[in-house]
Amino acid sequence: MVKINGEEENLAGMNLAKCIEEHGYTTKWIVVEINEEIIPKEKYKDITIKDNDVIEVVSFVGGG
Amino acid sequence: MDNNDDNINMYKSINYNGRIIKTTACNIYELSDELNVDRQNKVIIKNGYQTDENLKLSDGDIVTIIQKGVMPDKEQLKEMMRARHTPGVYDAVKDAKVAIMGLGGLGSNIAIMLARTGVGHLKLVDFDIVEPSNLNRQQYSIAQLGKRKTDALKEIINQINPFLDIKTEFVRVTEKNVLSITDGYDIVCEAFDKPDAKVMLTQCILSQTDKVLIAASGMAGIEDSNAVKTRKVTDRFYVCGDGMTEAKEGRGLMAPRVTICAAHQANAVLDVIIK
Repeated sequence: MVKINGEEENLAGMNLAKCIEEHGYTTKWIVVEINEEIIPKEKYKDITIKDNDVIEVVSFVGGG
Repeated sequence: MDNNDDNINMYKSINYNGRIIKTTACNIYELSDELNVDRQNKVIIKNGYQTDENLKLSDGDIVTIIQKGVMPDKEQLKEMMRARHTPGVYDAVKDAKVAIMGLGGLGSNIAIMLARTGVGHLKLVDFDIVEPSNLNRQQYSIAQLGKRKTDALKEIINQINPFLDIKTEFVRVTEKNVLSITDGYDIVCEAFDKPDAKVMLTQCILSQTDKVLIAASGMAGIEDSNAVKTRKVTDRFYVCGDGMTEAKEGRGLMAPRVTICAAHQANAVLDVIIK
């Protein structure tokens, strides 16, 4: 099982870029951490999600 | 050893208005009587707590009695302000170094809250000047229109707490200069307006430094106040806001929710400092 934003989901083996897209995030405005390590945007397409990974996706909207 | 040795235990050592005194007083009223201080028209603060009660005194207590309506000199002012800080919290925050990136609705409020709390070292960063459209939520005033936000905010803070080390940098933050701007500051507040700037700062700080980043996302409109939350993503990454309510046509940024979000960020800063 993989944890994404606190929820357990069966995502092991999935490509990170695909996972982000399927969860409805806009790549441009998010920051992704896997196991507390920040993932550079250009690497999303190269990363395969592993079992027990803890993924945090933080999306930013305008305003401040 | 002298003859007074037997009496030593009767005396408490307390900090009164910034100096250590010995007293036999058991409570605040006895202390003020002993010092010939009239309690009328005074503010009495014991260990950071303002009170009218006749609280008991113990060794090591910090007691401040302030005459209302009288302008103290700078040293007295410093002691009086220090007295209202919660002991333990103030000792930690006075050495803390916090960079505030963006001095709009979030940043101007965060900076002022941290200054009031006594956070000792602040860096204020923005590339913009104060405009009329800022006044609906940012801490500036009409007299400051046209000034750099960095200078205007420093001016305001100096009127609130003149005992802090405030550095400013009038610059647009980019991937190239972000590390030098934040150099020496352990905690960085992301207080930008534009989402691409928010993402850029977050990526840089989290991937290239070991600093703590406190960011914000989602605080426009007049939606539920309680939807604004502090999300602790990791030990060094906090995001405050509702995560979704962006500023857009027909749903602008307004003082209450922006200030609520700024307060979440400022309180997260304190949480990080104390832990």
